[in-house]
Amino acid sequence: MSAEREIAVDYLARVEGEGAMYLKLKGDVVEDLKFKIFEPPRFFEAFLVGRRFSEAPDITARICGICPIAYQTSACNAMEHAAGVRITSGLRDLRRLIYCGEWIESHALHVFFLHAPDFLGYESAIAMASDFPERVEAGLRLKKIGNRLMSVLGGREIHPINIRVGGFYRTPTRAELEALVPDLEWALETAADTARWVAGFPFPDFERDYEFVALQHPGEYAIQEGRIGSNRGLDIAVEDWGEHFEESHVAWSNALHARLKTGGSYHVGPLARYALNSDRLTPRASEIAEEAGLGAVCTNPFRSITVRVVEIAFACEEALRLIDGYERPPRPHVEVEPRDSVGFGASEAPRGLLYHRYDIDGEGAIRAAHIVPPTSQNQLSIEDDLRAYVPGRTHLPDHELQWQLEQAIRCYDPCISCATHFLDLTVERG
Amino acid sequence: MSPARPRLAVWKFASCDGCQLTLLDIEDHLLDVAGALDIAYFPEATKGEVEGRYQLSLVEGSITTPHDAERIREVREMSETLVTIGACATAGGIQALRNWADVDEYLSIVYAEPRYIDTLSTSTPIEHHVRVDFELRGCPISKHQLIEVIDAFCHQRKPGIPRHSVCVECKLRGTACVMVAQGIPCMGPITQAGCGAICPAYDRGCYGCFGPSQDPNIDSLAAWWKRLEVSDVDLVRALRTFNAYSPEFREASEAYERRA
Repeated sequence: MSAEREIAVDYLARVEGEGAMYLKLKGDVVEDLKFKIFEPPRFFEAFLVGRRFSEAPDITARICGICPIAYQTSACNAMEHAAGVRITSGLRDLRRLIYCGEWIESHALHVFFLHAPDFLGYESAIAMASDFPERVEAGLRLKKIGNRLMSVLGGREIHPINIRVGGFYRTPTRAELEALVPDLEWALETAADTARWVAGFPFPDFERDYEFVALQHPGEYAIQEGRIGSNRGLDIAVEDWGEHFEESHVAWSNALHARLKTGGSYHVGPLARYALNSDRLTPRASEIAEEAGLGAVCTNPFRSITVRVVEIAFACEEALRLIDGYERPPRPHVEVEPRDSVGFGASEAPRGLLYHRYDIDGEGAIRAAHIVPPTSQNQLSIEDDLRAYVPGRTHLPDHELQWQLEQAIRCYDPCISCATHFLDLTVERG
Repeated sequence: MSPARPRLAVWKFASCDGCQLTLLDIEDHLLDVAGALDIAYFPEATKGEVEGRYQLSLVEGSITTPHDAERIREVREMSETLVTIGACATAGGIQALRNWADVDEYLSIVYAEPRYIDTLSTSTPIEHHVRVDFELRGCPISKHQLIEVIDAFCHQRKPGIPRHSVCVECKLRGTACVMVAQGIPCMGPITQAGCGAICPAYDRGCYGCFGPSQDPNIDSLAAWWKRLEVSDVDLVRALRTFNAYSPEFREASEAYERRA
């Protein structure tokens, strides 16, 4: 059994952006394996240079239409850090609240539309709708509720317009937020029901010993700020990212690969957050995780679908708590005066840690920008997963092995659009 | 026997995925659309693929690589009606900022292996490459306008997408003019409606994400902004965001850049 086999998926479906996979087997041995990102490179870091510090949230939002709040928040954090300003109390709560909306919307999209069809053997959620109409409709309604929270606070759900360095342009009234409560209560219970459903999916028997990396914050499940921690003892301030992580450029990907300087791949996203912070989940979300049989740490990437559902429940419960305690802040934003300095910011995008660094001058013009999105951090982990998954499964026919490997990639909810924004390139002059 | 449903394809070029996500964001109508049209190619949502011709193609993103310049021609050949969606596809998007950049300077921001990357020095709208049947603007597009375009296609009529300015939407919404009442610089007077005039309703000036309205009077707006003490440099910056390479914004930004 030493025949050579090649499995190639030229265009991965149900991921955000353009990616491909290539596997070369000799007998049972993986000779070559690549998770390829061929999405055209986009120059965000280059064209941020010379723009005003206040423009970074709206410009970087355009890196990703699925997680714009993550980009806006990390950019605001970095600019406020550069200026020595901290957002507190009501404005901090609102920033966390709108982020909850993005987690609900993005996770609902992934769970129901991109991932569940894999386990149930459908090509899409639309195809799944004829057999599971209630589930697909519940998924659509959950997504809509996340979107509605984002649009009440942000003006619209894709590329919200109400986020600015220092806070918001306009804060919502208490009545505007209270109107969201019944939907969020429904969403919380729907998430509980969904968790029971997905926990029963047929998961491959596959565990990996990951180094999980996520933000951590005392007393709360970190979303919009925190220190960077890992399950192997890393505990650093966001500004020390560059001392512990590095990026490299490989020929087969238009996105840089990030790795730990001390080791190799690491894993960011829901599994990492859950592993590091599950003791800080809200009460109902904790119960839902327990009912779904998750334990304190989950190392089977296929079960990330269950963790995402737990995070939907958490985001709903947290949003309800924040709305309950809401008092309209006296001013929609604090003044942020730029100064000649370097600012660092990070937050937990639905897909994992999103890091920004800006060098700005005394007038507030950006001198340099550096953005590390979650999918570029997960690229190595994805390849390591595939390499570990194949041995023992080489007896599977090509189409079956390919289907399972595609699923393994989709476990990360890879956002390829996000990952290709920071490359420079050779230019063909037309 | 009822005729076969028209086939819909959704194509992506250089973009953030936000405009095609809008198709999934029409939550209440998504299954209706899936009933009226056969969603034959939409990789973000489905693994299924139907080869052949498509009656309606929605195209997101701009052309930034030699490969994509070829691919859009193939998409055009396969498509009976081709509609571009969003600022990238209709105006080159934020990516078009590279069209003014000194490319050597971009290259001087050194990356490990720039030779691995294949790209063009420009980001251009789809209509610079192939014939386009309709352009739907916005960064991102409006879901209501997307439904209108799909509905118009299904009934073989012209989409009712107004070309007037955001000011009209502020009046309809009952929002007091932020420029007059609060002295906030606003691009609403030169920007096409469609978003629902969100920014002024949130005490913010419009930033032009739907691109130029029909016959925009940019010089008049520039004079108003001058009274609000906005410098020509900041005016150029405002014109050069998500629709920078639309002809009207581009011409004006170049004229004011020369003056600045």
